[in-house]
Amino acid sequence: MKIIHAIFILFSLLVSGSALAQSSTEAELEARAREVGQSLRCVVCQNQSIEESDAVLAEDMRRLVRKRLEAGDSNADVINFMQDRYGDFVLLKPPVQTNTYLLWFGPFILLFGMLFWFVRKTRKRSETSPVIPPLDDEEKQRLERLLGDEQ
Amino acid sequence: MKMKTILPLVLFAVLVGFLAFGLTRNPATIDSVLIDTPFPEFELTDLYDPDQVVTKADLTGEIVLVNVFGSWCVACVQEHPKLVELSNTANIKIVGVDWRDTRENGMAWLKKYGDPYHRVVFDADSLLAIDLGITGAPESYLVDKQGDIRYKHVGIITDQVWDDILAPIVVQLRTE
Amino acid sequence: MLAEIGQISLIVALLIAVLQSVMPMLGAQKNDPRLMAIGDRAATAQFLCVATAFACLTAVFVGSDFSVKLAAQHSHSQKPLLYKFSGVWGNHEGSMLLWVLILSVYGALVPMFGKNLPTTLKARALSVQGMISVGFLAFILFTSNPFLRLNPVPLDGQGLNPILQDPGLAFHPPLLYLGYVGFSMAFSFSVAALIEGRVDAVWARWLRPWVLLAWSFLTAGITLGSVWAYYELGWGGWWMWDPVENVSFLPWLVGTALLHSILVLGKRHSMANWTVLLGITAFSLSLIGTFVVRSGVLTSVHSFAVDPARGVFILILLALATGGALTLYAVRSHTLRTGPSFGLVSKEGGLVLNNILLIVATTTVFLGTFYPLLVEAFSDSKISVGAPYFDQTFAPIMLLLIGFMGIGPLLSWRTDSIIAHKKHFVFACVLMVIITSLTFFFGKSILGALSIALAAYLAFGTLVAFGRKLKFGQVSLAQSMKLLRHQSGSAFGFFFAHMGMAIAMVGITAMSVWGAENAGVLKIGESLKVASYEYKLETIDAGRRDNFEYLQAGVAVSKDGELLSTLTTERRFYPIRNMVTSEAGIRVRQSANLYVGIGEGNQNDGWIIRAYYHPYVCWIWIGALFMAFAGFISLADSRLRFTVREPAPATAIPSAAE
Repeated sequence: MKIIHAIFILFSLLVSGSALAQSSTEAELEARAREVGQSLRCVVCQNQSIEESDAVLAEDMRRLVRKRLEAGDSNADVINFMQDRYGDFVLLKPPVQTNTYLLWFGPFILLFGMLFWFVRKTRKRSETSPVIPPLDDEEKQRLERLLGDEQ
Repeated sequence: MKMKTILPLVLFAVLVGFLAFGLTRNPATIDSVLIDTPFPEFELTDLYDPDQVVTKADLTGEIVLVNVFGSWCVACVQEHPKLVELSNTANIKIVGVDWRDTRENGMAWLKKYGDPYHRVVFDADSLLAIDLGITGAPESYLVDKQGDIRYKHVGIITDQVWDDILAPIVVQLRTE
Repeated sequence: MLAEIGQISLIVALLIAVLQSVMPMLGAQKNDPRLMAIGDRAATAQFLCVATAFACLTAVFVGSDFSVKLAAQHSHSQKPLLYKFSGVWGNHEGSMLLWVLILSVYGALVPMFGKNLPTTLKARALSVQGMISVGFLAFILFTSNPFLRLNPVPLDGQGLNPILQDPGLAFHPPLLYLGYVGFSMAFSFSVAALIEGRVDAVWARWLRPWVLLAWSFLTAGITLGSVWAYYELGWGGWWMWDPVENVSFLPWLVGTALLHSILVLGKRHSMANWTVLLGITAFSLSLIGTFVVRSGVLTSVHSFAVDPARGVFILILLALATGGALTLYAVRSHTLRTGPSFGLVSKEGGLVLNNILLIVATTTVFLGTFYPLLVEAFSDSKISVGAPYFDQTFAPIMLLLIGFMGIGPLLSWRTDSIIAHKKHFVFACVLMVIITSLTFFFGKSILGALSIALAAYLAFGTLVAFGRKLKFGQVSLAQSMKLLRHQSGSAFGFFFAHMGMAIAMVGITAMSVWGAENAGVLKIGESLKVASYEYKLETIDAGRRDNFEYLQAGVAVSKDGELLSTLTTERRFYPIRNMVTSEAGIRVRQSANLYVGIGEGNQNDGWIIRAYYHPYVCWIWIGALFMAFAGFISLADSRLRFTVREPAPATAIPSAAE
């Protein structure tokens, strides 16, 4: 399997490489390298991307990223390459998969849930109590006491 | 008491559970995704001889302990005597990967502390190291006869690590 | 001697705190004024003891007494005086002492400013404040004692961590803690209110200044931290979604929600339950932050040395404090009465929406920060959550929030309709179309243009809302000016805070859309191009200075052949600590910063030079400082409210406990 995969990659490298060779200038390549680098975590320094880190391993990883892009890899290819070696940990943007559904969709589910609750609540309230009930005697006394407190 | 008012407490209890769990973990270590995958293909040179090409074929075929080190690495100095001892006593091929080093420094270091390695691969630019998912030195890999990575150890191989973890795996690999 | 005095003061403080947590609570239950009065005195005494301890530790550091282990590890006799002072909290033990000092300051302020508070409420709140003190004083004494002696006494200290040898250390932690710990007041008063079964307008109006104070300090503290990281870490990041940054941001987000909900409670008596819950949450998140920074559960570039034993202790404190408060909430919150109803489209409605969005934003940051832990708990895999995640989740939620911020303040209380604001929307739309086209014409980014237009819309909405308070256009200019002078502090606070948000948003947008960077290995005389600027490496110099070795680069920056500035950047190596730090070279301008940093290198291959163009980055911090400033202005006003000018609207009276 691995060999087939490798051959496939090699083949796609050749094809895409020749196609890209005409279009991509050095500056474009650098911009892509930076984009890829910013999405890869520097695995030794924790919480920095390899673009931002001064660690030597990050430097080597940056060089490798550029080398592979020059060889014609797409951005996704390079990211996959790193992911195959370091696991999901190397991706600063976690992939959307079963164990990250809560991470990606949780906030938005919560948002819609709370909005739904709020709209329903204000509807219900305005139906049931359109007028604010007047104060009863006990409440009036408390109000006076409270205002007294504040002064 | 309504469900709604208990909810914050329940959520908080779950959170404390996770934080307690987090205390038992070391966030700095990463489990390797390379376990049970073939040892990466590479083409590098021998530390002692810049003209001699070393590839994966030179390493595999029997059970190998691949050890990544560097003359700049402080922890490697601590680990080294154990490797020297293993090269004499344990019946296992040990291969070194001299990582991010210069040839002179690497050779001088091995001369000073002893060379337990069957072969030393010179990897100045992290080419093999990144393929191995390296995060620091020393790191060691157990590779089986088929050339698959079966275990990765991050950090120093101490007596205890060898006796309790690595040696039993080697025994098991032999029986396969 | 000093160390012993400090040590004893701390022990006495702990005993007083125990007294403070038991007596006033008992007094409030029995309605015994003498027992309750103990709370006031204990809070003041506790503060004096902790302050004595802190003064002793400071004297130890300034006097370079290296028989005290902490000073030996973190100070040095040759260090500049400023760092001897700030070095006191440049380590775990000392910063914990600062934490407790600030906690006791807030506690001592209660009797000073709370003379017209209901006595039982005050007693109970002081008691809760005392309980928190007990927990953290015990934490210091049992796990992180700053006064331990060292034998034999070393000749000199090991010096302060080089990254911390910066004026930033003098201001960032104290401000941050004044914010973090300030939320303890919201916590204590929320718990006290739950015990009393009574949350009313008086409670809300009394608490609001404290929340404002804490929030403003936290805003200033986070801003300063951002500036510090920007120039210190060497790659020009002003915010990197690092766990430690995130945990300081979490209480800020909840604190912002609390500031708005407490407004509704104070003016309209609604959202009592919710406000209490936010009060508990804000401080709980501060505690979680303290836990994260000091336990090492999450890795970060800013963490203190990791010690799991301390982590366990803080986790237990957190479980007791928050667990207790939330249990109380579960049992007692039904006793708090809900206020009058309001329509979906109304000022209350807008503020609820604000709260919903802020809570969702908080959840997003929280999930992003703690999710790696969750994944590890359930599987063998490990994941990272970095900036790209927050860009895609947090950012859209904030944009939505800003969208509502432009109209929310214009709505009237109770009920309103969107139709009534038709004219405003038409104006806003025209303005946005103009700004979008203009920005797009110059900036060539549709996303950037829309985002700038949104900021303009926010600024416009804020101006209009403030203008209406002045009856601008309805009365003569002179009368408007007169009205301006009579505006309350909180009206100014609103204006500056929302304007600050708009300003910050321009900066954030400009940085992420038009910021540019380049890096390369340069030899002397070679150059890099970033945006339309040319960075040319002119000089390289190496040597020793003070306690470090440096590698210094002089980089000339020019635009269209015209020299703008020569920046100096350094990479420093501290042999004592075996650490490398970087000093960036920055040309600061309101419109754009030019930033350069040097990495490794040598004569033969050249040196790594990283060059950046940061348009409007200063606006981010100016905007944030506007917000902090707004909080303080608003505070001046709320303080006056103790003597109440504006009577509570006679619509409903909270509390049904009796």
